[in-house]
Amino acid sequence: MSAPLLVARGLGKRFGAVTACRDIGFELEEGEALAIVGESGSGKTTLLHMIAGLMTPDSGEVRYRLRDGAMRDLATLSEAERRALMRTDWGFVHQDAARGLRMNVSAGGNIGERLMALGDRHYGRIRQSAAQWLERVEIPIGRLDDSPATYSGGMRQRLQIARNLVTAPRLVFMDEPTGGLDVSVQARLLDLIRTLISEMGLAVVLVTHDLSVARLLSNRILVMKQGEVIESGLTDRVLDDPRAPYTQLLVSSVLAA
Amino acid sequence: MTPSAQDLLVVEALAKRFTLHLHGGADLPVVANVDFRVGRGECVVLGGPSGAGKSSILKIVYGNYGCDAGRILLADGGRVLDIAGAHPHEVILARRRTMGYVSQFLRVIPRVSSLDIVAAAARDAGLGAAEAKARAAALLQRLNLPERLWSLPPATFSGGEQQRVNIARGFAGEHALLILDEPTASLDAGNREAVIALIGERRAQGAGFLAIFHDDDVRARLADRIVDVSRFAPREAA
Repeated sequence: MSAPLLVARGLGKRFGAVTACRDIGFELEEGEALAIVGESGSGKTTLLHMIAGLMTPDSGEVRYRLRDGAMRDLATLSEAERRALMRTDWGFVHQDAARGLRMNVSAGGNIGERLMALGDRHYGRIRQSAAQWLERVEIPIGRLDDSPATYSGGMRQRLQIARNLVTAPRLVFMDEPTGGLDVSVQARLLDLIRTLISEMGLAVVLVTHDLSVARLLSNRILVMKQGEVIESGLTDRVLDDPRAPYTQLLVSSVLAA
Repeated sequence: MTPSAQDLLVVEALAKRFTLHLHGGADLPVVANVDFRVGRGECVVLGGPSGAGKSSILKIVYGNYGCDAGRILLADGGRVLDIAGAHPHEVILARRRTMGYVSQFLRVIPRVSSLDIVAAAARDAGLGAAEAKARAAALLQRLNLPERLWSLPPATFSGGEQQRVNIARGFAGEHALLILDEPTASLDAGNREAVIALIGERRAQGAGFLAIFHDDDVRARLADRIVDVSRFAPREAA
Protein backbone atom coordinates (compact mmCIF):
# COMPACT_ATOMS: atom_id res chain seq x y z
CA MET A 1 0.00 0.00 0.00
CA SER A 2 1.31 3.49 -0.84
CA ALA A 3 1.90 6.04 1.90
CA PRO A 4 -1.27 7.57 3.34
CA LEU A 5 -2.23 11.11 2.38
CA LEU A 6 -2.98 12.21 5.92
CA VAL A 7 -2.15 10.71 9.29
CA ALA A 8 -3.69 11.88 12.58
CA ARG A 9 -2.19 10.62 15.84
CA GLY A 10 -3.32 11.07 19.44
CA LEU A 11 -5.40 14.18 18.76
CA GLY A 12 -6.89 15.78 21.85
CA LYS A 13 -8.68 19.03 22.59
CA ARG A 14 -10.27 20.43 25.75
CA PHE A 15 -12.51 23.44 26.20
CA GLY A 16 -12.25 24.26 29.91
CA ALA A 17 -13.54 21.24 31.77
CA VAL A 18 -15.01 19.67 28.65
CA THR A 19 -12.99 17.15 26.64
CA ALA A 20 -14.04 17.70 23.03
CA CYS A 21 -11.68 15.08 21.55
CA ARG A 22 -9.58 12.43 23.23
CA ASP A 23 -6.70 10.47 21.68
CA ILE A 24 -8.01 10.22 18.12
CA GLY A 25 -5.94 8.67 15.38
CA PHE A 26 -6.59 7.51 11.82
CA GLU A 27 -5.06 7.40 8.38
CA LEU A 28 -6.57 8.64 5.14
CA GLU A 29 -5.56 7.22 1.78
CA GLU A 30 -5.56 9.16 -1.45
CA GLY A 31 -9.02 9.06 -3.04
CA GLU A 32 -10.67 7.75 0.12
CA ALA A 33 -13.83 9.29 1.56
CA LEU A 34 -14.05 9.16 5.35
CA ALA A 35 -17.20 10.14 7.22
CA ILE A 36 -17.12 11.26 10.84
CA VAL A 37 -20.57 10.71 12.33
CA GLY A 38 -22.06 11.35 15.74
CA GLU A 39 -24.63 13.53 17.44
CA SER A 40 -24.24 17.21 18.32
CA GLY A 41 -21.53 17.65 20.91
CA SER A 42 -19.76 14.39 20.04
CA GLY A 43 -16.64 16.32 19.01
CA LYS A 44 -16.83 15.63 15.30
CA THR A 45 -16.61 19.27 14.20
CA THR A 46 -13.72 19.91 16.61
CA LEU A 47 -11.92 16.93 15.09
CA LEU A 48 -12.55 18.23 11.56
CA HIS A 49 -11.23 21.68 12.46
CA MET A 50 -8.05 20.19 13.96
CA ILE A 51 -7.37 18.04 10.90
CA ALA A 52 -8.06 20.93 8.55
CA GLY A 53 -5.64 23.19 10.37
CA LEU A 54 -8.36 25.56 11.57
CA MET A 55 -7.78 24.75 15.25
CA THR A 56 -4.62 23.81 17.14
CA PRO A 57 -4.85 20.51 19.02
CA ASP A 58 -3.79 20.36 22.69
CA SER A 59 -2.06 17.08 22.00
CA GLY A 60 -1.21 14.87 19.06
CA GLU A 61 -0.29 15.68 15.49
CA VAL A 62 -1.61 15.76 11.95
CA ARG A 63 0.77 14.90 9.14
CA TYR A 64 0.02 15.46 5.47
CA ARG A 65 1.78 14.31 2.33
CA LEU A 66 2.46 17.42 0.23
CA ARG A 67 2.44 17.32 -3.56
CA ASP A 68 6.23 16.97 -3.59
CA GLY A 69 5.81 13.72 -1.59
CA ALA A 70 7.16 15.08 1.71
CA MET A 71 5.18 14.02 4.80
CA ARG A 72 4.88 17.14 6.95
CA ASP A 73 3.54 17.84 10.42
CA LEU A 74 0.98 20.64 9.97
CA ALA A 75 2.26 22.34 13.13
CA THR A 76 5.69 22.82 11.55
CA LEU A 77 4.46 24.46 8.34
CA SER A 78 5.20 28.14 7.92
CA GLU A 79 2.23 30.46 7.65
CA ALA A 80 2.88 30.85 3.90
CA GLU A 81 3.08 27.09 3.38
CA ARG A 82 -0.09 26.56 5.34
CA ARG A 83 -1.98 29.17 3.38
CA ALA A 84 -0.75 27.75 0.09
CA LEU A 85 -1.89 24.29 1.12
CA MET A 86 -5.36 25.52 2.09
CA ARG A 87 -5.78 27.49 -1.12
CA THR A 88 -4.61 24.86 -3.55
CA ASP A 89 -4.37 21.26 -2.38
CA TRP A 90 -7.22 21.45 0.14
CA GLY A 91 -10.81 22.58 0.03
CA PHE A 92 -13.26 23.26 2.82
CA VAL A 93 -17.01 23.12 2.23
CA HIS A 94 -18.94 24.73 5.08
CA GLN A 95 -22.51 23.91 5.98
CA ASP A 96 -23.35 27.59 5.71
CA ALA A 97 -22.23 28.51 2.20
CA ALA A 98 -22.04 32.18 3.20
CA ARG A 99 -19.04 31.29 5.39
CA GLY A 100 -17.19 29.79 2.46
CA LEU A 101 -18.10 32.44 -0.12
CA ARG A 102 -17.57 36.14 -0.56
CA MET A 103 -21.13 37.37 -0.69
CA ASN A 104 -20.22 40.79 -2.14
CA VAL A 105 -18.24 39.34 -5.05
CA SER A 106 -19.74 37.82 -8.23
CA ALA A 107 -19.99 34.05 -8.62
CA GLY A 108 -17.25 34.19 -11.24
CA GLY A 109 -15.06 36.18 -8.85
CA ASN A 110 -15.67 33.61 -6.12
CA ILE A 111 -14.43 30.82 -8.35
CA GLY A 112 -11.58 32.84 -9.82
CA GLU A 113 -10.17 33.93 -6.48
CA ARG A 114 -8.30 30.73 -5.82
CA LEU A 115 -6.83 30.74 -9.32
CA MET A 116 -5.60 34.30 -8.79
CA ALA A 117 -4.10 33.21 -5.48
CA LEU A 118 -2.12 30.69 -7.49
CA GLY A 119 -0.73 33.53 -9.57
CA ASP A 120 -3.01 33.39 -12.59
CA ARG A 121 -3.55 36.95 -13.88
CA HIS A 122 -5.12 36.19 -17.24
CA TYR A 123 -8.64 37.57 -16.90
CA GLY A 124 -10.06 35.73 -19.93
CA ARG A 125 -8.71 32.39 -18.83
CA ILE A 126 -9.93 32.80 -15.25
CA ARG A 127 -13.37 33.77 -16.50
CA GLN A 128 -13.43 30.79 -18.79
CA SER A 129 -12.61 28.31 -16.04
CA ALA A 130 -15.17 29.97 -13.77
CA ALA A 131 -17.77 29.46 -16.49
CA GLN A 132 -16.76 25.84 -16.95
CA TRP A 133 -17.06 25.19 -13.25
CA LEU A 134 -20.49 26.84 -13.05
CA GLU A 135 -21.63 24.45 -15.74
CA ARG A 136 -20.06 21.48 -13.96
CA VAL A 137 -21.98 22.26 -10.76
CA GLU A 138 -25.18 22.81 -12.75
CA ILE A 139 -25.56 26.58 -12.32
CA PRO A 140 -26.87 28.45 -15.41
CA ILE A 141 -24.00 30.27 -17.09
CA GLY A 142 -26.13 33.44 -17.15
CA ARG A 143 -25.63 33.75 -13.39
CA LEU A 144 -21.83 34.11 -13.67
CA ASP A 145 -21.82 37.82 -12.86
CA ASP A 146 -24.49 37.70 -10.16
CA SER A 147 -23.62 37.86 -6.50
CA PRO A 148 -24.23 34.65 -4.54
CA ALA A 149 -26.49 36.74 -2.31
CA THR A 150 -29.07 36.40 -5.11
CA TYR A 151 -28.65 32.60 -5.23
CA SER A 152 -30.86 29.95 -3.60
CA GLY A 153 -29.38 27.82 -0.80
CA GLY A 154 -28.69 24.87 -3.08
CA MET A 155 -27.03 27.06 -5.71
CA ARG A 156 -24.84 28.72 -3.11
CA GLN A 157 -23.68 25.33 -1.90
CA ARG A 158 -22.86 24.27 -5.45
CA LEU A 159 -20.97 27.53 -5.99
CA GLN A 160 -19.00 26.92 -2.80
CA ILE A 161 -18.04 23.49 -4.13
CA ALA A 162 -16.93 24.96 -7.47
CA ARG A 163 -14.85 27.59 -5.68
CA ASN A 164 -13.09 24.84 -3.74
CA LEU A 165 -12.51 22.43 -6.60
CA VAL A 166 -11.25 24.85 -9.25
CA THR A 167 -7.64 24.31 -8.14
CA ALA A 168 -8.00 20.49 -8.35
CA PRO A 169 -7.30 19.84 -4.65
CA ARG A 170 -6.48 16.33 -3.47
CA LEU A 171 -8.34 16.63 -0.16
CA VAL A 172 -11.65 18.31 0.63
CA PHE A 173 -13.13 18.75 4.09
CA MET A 174 -16.91 18.95 4.31
CA ASP A 175 -18.95 20.01 7.32
CA GLU A 176 -22.60 18.92 6.91
CA PRO A 177 -22.56 19.91 3.22
CA THR A 178 -26.26 19.22 2.74
CA GLY A 179 -27.43 20.37 6.17
CA GLY A 180 -30.20 22.95 6.21
CA LEU A 181 -31.21 22.37 2.58
CA ASP A 182 -34.57 21.11 1.34
CA VAL A 183 -34.63 17.35 0.82
CA SER A 184 -35.18 17.67 -2.94
CA VAL A 185 -32.14 19.94 -3.16
CA GLN A 186 -30.10 17.59 -0.96
CA ALA A 187 -30.48 14.59 -3.28
CA ARG A 188 -29.26 16.57 -6.27
CA LEU A 189 -26.34 18.00 -4.35
CA LEU A 190 -25.33 14.60 -2.95
CA ASP A 191 -25.32 13.15 -6.43
CA LEU A 192 -23.15 16.03 -7.65
CA ILE A 193 -20.69 15.60 -4.79
CA ARG A 194 -20.56 11.84 -5.32
CA THR A 195 -19.81 12.28 -9.02
CA LEU A 196 -17.11 14.89 -8.42
CA ILE A 197 -15.42 12.72 -5.76
CA SER A 198 -15.17 9.80 -8.14
CA GLU A 199 -14.26 11.79 -11.26
CA MET A 200 -11.55 13.81 -9.54
CA GLY A 201 -10.32 11.01 -7.27
CA LEU A 202 -10.75 13.30 -4.27
CA ALA A 203 -9.98 12.31 -0.73
CA VAL A 204 -12.73 13.59 1.56
CA VAL A 205 -13.21 14.02 5.27
CA LEU A 206 -16.91 14.55 5.79
CA VAL A 207 -18.65 15.46 9.03
CA THR A 208 -22.33 14.62 9.16
CA HIS A 209 -24.99 13.53 11.59
CA ASP A 210 -26.98 12.07 8.69
CA LEU A 211 -26.16 8.38 8.24
CA SER A 212 -27.68 8.25 4.76
CA VAL A 213 -25.30 11.01 3.65
CA ALA A 214 -22.41 9.00 5.10
CA ARG A 215 -23.59 5.89 3.28
CA LEU A 216 -23.86 7.66 -0.04
CA LEU A 217 -20.58 9.57 0.07
CA SER A 218 -18.08 7.64 2.18
CA ASN A 219 -16.16 4.35 2.06
CA ARG A 220 -15.16 4.46 5.69
CA ILE A 221 -16.71 5.76 8.88
CA LEU A 222 -15.64 6.90 12.34
CA VAL A 223 -18.41 6.96 14.93
CA MET A 224 -17.84 9.54 17.69
CA LYS A 225 -19.37 9.81 21.11
CA GLN A 226 -18.30 12.18 23.86
CA GLY A 227 -15.03 13.03 22.17
CA GLU A 228 -13.93 9.51 21.40
CA VAL A 229 -14.08 7.25 18.36
CA ILE A 230 -16.14 4.31 19.58
CA GLU A 231 -16.36 2.37 16.33
CA SER A 232 -14.80 2.55 12.89
CA GLY A 233 -14.68 0.50 9.73
CA LEU A 234 -16.09 0.16 6.23
CA THR A 235 -19.15 2.36 5.91
CA ASP A 236 -21.52 -0.42 4.92
CA ARG A 237 -20.14 -2.74 7.63
CA VAL A 238 -20.63 -0.14 10.37
CA LEU A 239 -24.15 0.73 9.18
CA ASP A 240 -25.35 -2.83 8.44
CA ASP A 241 -23.59 -4.65 11.29
CA PRO A 242 -23.01 -2.04 13.99
CA ARG A 243 -21.20 -3.47 16.99
CA ALA A 244 -20.93 -0.77 19.65
CA PRO A 245 -24.11 -0.14 21.67
CA TYR A 246 -24.12 3.53 20.71
CA THR A 247 -23.73 2.76 16.98
CA GLN A 248 -26.60 0.29 17.22
CA LEU A 249 -28.68 3.04 18.79
CA LEU A 250 -27.77 5.55 16.04
CA VAL A 251 -28.49 3.12 13.23
CA SER A 252 -31.74 1.81 14.69
CA SER A 253 -33.02 5.34 15.30
CA VAL A 254 -33.06 6.23 11.60
CA LEU A 255 -36.50 6.20 10.05
CA ALA A 256 -36.53 4.29 6.81
CA ALA A 257 -38.41 6.28 4.16
CA MET B 1 -5.24 -24.99 5.36
CA THR B 2 -3.67 -22.69 2.80
CA PRO B 3 -5.24 -21.76 -0.50
CA SER B 4 -3.95 -23.62 -3.53
CA ALA B 5 -3.41 -21.91 -6.85
CA GLN B 6 -6.86 -23.10 -7.92
CA ASP B 7 -8.66 -21.51 -4.98
CA LEU B 8 -10.32 -18.13 -5.26
CA LEU B 9 -11.76 -18.23 -1.78
CA VAL B 10 -11.10 -20.33 1.29
CA VAL B 11 -13.37 -19.84 4.29
CA GLU B 12 -12.34 -21.59 7.48
CA ALA B 13 -13.69 -21.81 11.03
CA LEU B 14 -15.84 -18.76 10.47
CA ALA B 15 -18.25 -17.77 13.23
CA LYS B 16 -20.73 -14.93 13.49
CA ARG B 17 -23.10 -13.80 16.21
CA PHE B 18 -25.11 -10.65 16.75
CA THR B 19 -25.17 -8.98 20.15
CA LEU B 20 -28.19 -6.72 20.42
CA HIS B 21 -27.21 -4.12 22.97
CA LEU B 22 -30.53 -2.32 22.77
CA HIS B 23 -32.35 -5.51 23.68
CA GLY B 24 -30.66 -6.40 26.94
CA GLY B 25 -27.54 -7.65 25.16
CA ALA B 26 -29.50 -10.48 23.54
CA ASP B 27 -27.08 -12.87 21.90
CA LEU B 28 -27.99 -14.30 18.49
CA PRO B 29 -25.56 -16.90 17.21
CA VAL B 30 -25.79 -17.04 13.42
CA VAL B 31 -23.23 -19.58 12.20
CA ALA B 32 -20.13 -21.33 13.55
CA ASN B 33 -17.30 -23.42 12.07
CA VAL B 34 -18.10 -22.42 8.52
CA ASP B 35 -15.71 -24.13 6.12
CA PHE B 36 -15.81 -24.17 2.34
CA ARG B 37 -13.83 -23.15 -0.70
CA VAL B 38 -14.55 -21.76 -4.13
CA GLY B 39 -12.19 -22.59 -6.99
CA ARG B 40 -11.65 -20.82 -10.29
CA GLY B 41 -14.50 -21.41 -12.69
CA GLU B 42 -16.55 -23.06 -9.97
CA CYS B 43 -20.09 -22.33 -8.82
CA VAL B 44 -20.64 -23.09 -5.14
CA VAL B 45 -24.20 -22.76 -3.92
CA LEU B 46 -25.20 -22.31 -0.30
CA GLY B 47 -28.22 -24.42 0.61
CA GLY B 48 -30.32 -24.94 3.69
CA PRO B 49 -33.54 -23.64 5.16
CA SER B 50 -34.48 -19.98 5.45
CA GLY B 51 -32.84 -18.44 8.50
CA ALA B 52 -29.87 -20.81 8.46
CA GLY B 53 -27.49 -17.92 7.76
CA LYS B 54 -26.92 -18.20 4.00
CA SER B 55 -27.22 -14.48 3.26
CA SER B 56 -25.18 -13.64 6.35
CA ILE B 57 -22.31 -15.79 5.10
CA LEU B 58 -22.35 -13.96 1.74
CA LYS B 59 -22.30 -10.61 3.55
CA ILE B 60 -19.42 -11.68 5.78
CA VAL B 61 -17.36 -12.82 2.79
CA TYR B 62 -17.97 -9.44 1.12
CA GLY B 63 -16.97 -7.62 4.32
CA ASN B 64 -20.45 -6.16 4.75
CA TYR B 65 -20.87 -7.99 8.06
CA GLY B 66 -18.05 -8.48 10.51
CA CYS B 67 -17.26 -11.90 11.95
CA ASP B 68 -16.15 -13.11 15.35
CA ALA B 69 -13.78 -15.91 14.42
CA GLY B 70 -12.19 -17.57 11.42
CA ARG B 71 -10.49 -16.59 8.20
CA ILE B 72 -11.77 -15.54 4.77
CA LEU B 73 -8.86 -15.93 2.40
CA LEU B 74 -9.37 -14.26 -0.96
CA ALA B 75 -6.95 -14.63 -3.87
CA ASP B 76 -6.66 -10.90 -4.62
CA GLY B 77 -4.37 -10.42 -7.60
CA GLY B 78 -1.03 -11.93 -6.70
CA ARG B 79 -1.62 -12.14 -2.97
CA VAL B 80 -3.98 -13.63 -0.43
CA LEU B 81 -6.09 -11.21 1.58
CA ASP B 82 -7.86 -12.25 4.78
CA ILE B 83 -11.10 -10.28 4.60
CA ALA B 84 -11.78 -11.08 8.26
CA GLY B 85 -8.83 -9.01 9.47
CA ALA B 86 -8.15 -6.69 6.54
CA HIS B 87 -7.97 -2.93 6.82
CA PRO B 88 -11.08 -1.29 5.31
CA HIS B 89 -8.97 0.24 2.58
CA GLU B 90 -7.79 -3.23 1.50
CA VAL B 91 -11.38 -4.47 1.39
CA ILE B 92 -12.41 -1.48 -0.74
CA LEU B 93 -9.63 -2.28 -3.23
CA ALA B 94 -10.53 -5.98 -3.25
CA ARG B 95 -14.16 -5.07 -3.99
CA ARG B 96 -13.08 -2.88 -6.85
CA ARG B 97 -10.87 -5.40 -8.57
CA THR B 98 -11.56 -8.92 -7.27
CA MET B 99 -14.97 -9.57 -5.75
CA GLY B 100 -18.39 -8.36 -6.77
CA TYR B 101 -21.69 -8.72 -4.98
CA VAL B 102 -25.24 -8.75 -6.26
CA SER B 103 -27.56 -8.10 -3.35
CA GLN B 104 -31.09 -9.41 -3.13
CA PHE B 105 -32.50 -5.94 -3.62
CA LEU B 106 -31.05 -2.96 -5.45
CA ARG B 107 -30.08 -0.14 -3.15
CA VAL B 108 -31.16 2.88 -5.10
CA ILE B 109 -28.96 5.89 -5.59
CA PRO B 110 -31.22 8.91 -6.08
CA ARG B 111 -31.25 10.60 -9.48
CA VAL B 112 -28.71 8.36 -11.17
CA SER B 113 -29.83 6.71 -14.41
CA SER B 114 -29.82 2.94 -14.77
CA LEU B 115 -27.21 3.10 -17.52
CA ASP B 116 -24.93 5.27 -15.38
CA ILE B 117 -25.30 2.96 -12.37
CA VAL B 118 -24.09 0.03 -14.45
CA ALA B 119 -21.41 2.06 -16.25
CA ALA B 120 -20.01 3.29 -12.92
CA ALA B 121 -19.29 -0.32 -11.94
CA ALA B 122 -17.45 -0.85 -15.23
CA ARG B 123 -15.44 2.32 -14.64
CA ASP B 124 -14.48 1.05 -11.18
CA ALA B 125 -13.00 -1.95 -12.97
CA GLY B 126 -10.79 0.43 -14.94
CA LEU B 127 -12.68 0.92 -18.21
CA GLY B 128 -12.75 4.30 -19.91
CA ALA B 129 -15.99 6.30 -19.98
CA ALA B 130 -17.09 5.33 -23.50
CA GLU B 131 -16.13 1.68 -23.11
CA ALA B 132 -17.93 1.50 -19.76
CA LYS B 133 -21.11 2.92 -21.28
CA ALA B 134 -20.96 0.47 -24.15
CA ARG B 135 -20.53 -2.47 -21.81
CA ALA B 136 -23.39 -1.22 -19.60
CA ALA B 137 -25.66 -0.90 -22.63
CA ALA B 138 -24.75 -4.40 -23.83
CA LEU B 139 -25.55 -5.90 -20.43
CA LEU B 140 -28.89 -4.11 -20.09
CA GLN B 141 -29.72 -5.26 -23.60
CA ARG B 142 -28.92 -8.86 -22.79
CA LEU B 143 -31.05 -8.66 -19.67
CA ASN B 144 -33.94 -7.30 -21.76
CA LEU B 145 -34.33 -4.01 -19.94
CA PRO B 146 -36.32 -1.83 -22.36
CA GLU B 147 -34.07 0.87 -23.76
CA ARG B 148 -36.52 3.64 -22.84
CA LEU B 149 -35.76 2.87 -19.17
CA TRP B 150 -31.99 3.20 -19.44
CA SER B 151 -31.94 6.96 -18.89
CA LEU B 152 -34.23 6.72 -15.86
CA PRO B 153 -33.28 6.09 -12.23
CA PRO B 154 -34.52 2.63 -11.21
CA ALA B 155 -36.41 3.88 -8.12
CA THR B 156 -39.80 3.52 -9.79
CA PHE B 157 -39.04 0.29 -11.69
CA SER B 158 -40.70 -3.04 -10.93
CA GLY B 159 -38.88 -5.53 -8.71
CA GLY B 160 -37.73 -7.58 -11.69
CA GLU B 161 -36.50 -4.52 -13.59
CA GLN B 162 -34.58 -3.28 -10.57
CA GLN B 163 -33.04 -6.69 -10.12
CA ARG B 164 -31.85 -6.74 -13.72
CA VAL B 165 -30.13 -3.36 -13.23
CA ASN B 166 -28.58 -4.85 -10.10
CA ILE B 167 -27.33 -7.92 -11.98
CA ALA B 168 -26.00 -5.82 -14.86
CA ARG B 169 -24.08 -3.74 -12.33
CA GLY B 170 -22.66 -6.88 -10.72
CA PHE B 171 -21.46 -8.23 -14.07
CA ALA B 172 -20.14 -4.92 -15.41
CA GLY B 173 -16.77 -5.32 -13.72
CA GLU B 174 -14.25 -8.07 -14.27
CA HIS B 175 -14.35 -9.67 -10.85
CA ALA B 176 -12.74 -13.07 -10.34
CA LEU B 177 -15.31 -13.90 -7.65
CA LEU B 178 -18.98 -13.00 -7.85
CA ILE B 179 -21.26 -13.32 -4.85
CA LEU B 180 -24.94 -13.60 -5.78
CA ASP B 181 -27.84 -13.48 -3.33
CA GLU B 182 -30.89 -14.94 -5.08
CA PRO B 183 -30.26 -13.05 -8.32
CA THR B 184 -33.05 -14.79 -10.23
CA ALA B 185 -35.74 -14.66 -7.54
CA SER B 186 -37.91 -11.98 -9.14
CA LEU B 187 -37.20 -12.79 -12.79
CA ASP B 188 -39.38 -14.45 -15.40
CA ALA B 189 -38.19 -17.53 -17.27
CA GLY B 190 -36.64 -15.64 -20.18
CA ASN B 191 -34.58 -13.37 -17.99
CA ARG B 192 -33.59 -16.27 -15.77
CA GLU B 193 -32.09 -17.92 -18.86
CA ALA B 194 -30.21 -14.71 -19.68
CA VAL B 195 -28.66 -14.70 -16.20
CA ILE B 196 -27.77 -18.39 -16.40
CA ALA B 197 -26.04 -17.74 -19.74
CA LEU B 198 -24.08 -14.79 -18.28
CA ILE B 199 -22.92 -16.91 -15.37
CA GLY B 200 -21.86 -19.69 -17.74
CA GLU B 201 -19.76 -17.30 -19.83
CA ARG B 202 -17.99 -15.87 -16.82
CA ARG B 203 -17.24 -19.32 -15.48
CA ALA B 204 -15.74 -20.32 -18.81
CA GLN B 205 -13.43 -17.32 -18.39
CA GLY B 206 -12.38 -18.60 -14.95
CA ALA B 207 -14.58 -16.56 -12.62
CA GLY B 208 -15.85 -18.31 -9.49
CA PHE B 209 -19.34 -17.94 -8.05
CA LEU B 210 -20.63 -18.13 -4.51
CA ALA B 211 -24.40 -18.00 -4.69
CA ILE B 212 -27.80 -18.58 -3.19
CA PHE B 213 -30.48 -19.71 -5.64
CA HIS B 214 -34.04 -19.92 -4.54
CA ASP B 215 -35.04 -21.87 -7.63
CA ASP B 216 -34.32 -25.65 -7.61
CA ASP B 217 -34.00 -25.81 -11.37
CA VAL B 218 -31.44 -22.97 -11.52
CA ARG B 219 -29.54 -24.55 -8.65
CA ALA B 220 -29.42 -27.96 -10.29
CA ARG B 221 -28.18 -26.48 -13.55
CA LEU B 222 -25.47 -24.24 -12.11
CA ALA B 223 -24.13 -25.74 -8.89
CA ASP B 224 -20.85 -27.65 -8.92
CA ARG B 225 -21.33 -28.17 -5.22
CA ILE B 226 -24.01 -27.38 -2.71
CA VAL B 227 -22.80 -26.46 0.76
CA ASP B 228 -25.50 -27.19 3.30
CA VAL B 229 -25.40 -24.28 5.71
CA SER B 230 -27.38 -26.11 8.39
CA ARG B 231 -24.11 -27.96 9.09
CA PHE B 232 -22.82 -24.66 10.47
CA ALA B 233 -25.64 -24.14 12.96
CA PRO B 234 -24.08 -22.83 16.15
CA ARG B 235 -24.67 -24.95 19.24
CA GLU B 236 -26.85 -23.00 21.62
CA ALA B 237 -24.91 -21.68 24.57
CA ALA B 238 -25.56 -23.87 27.61
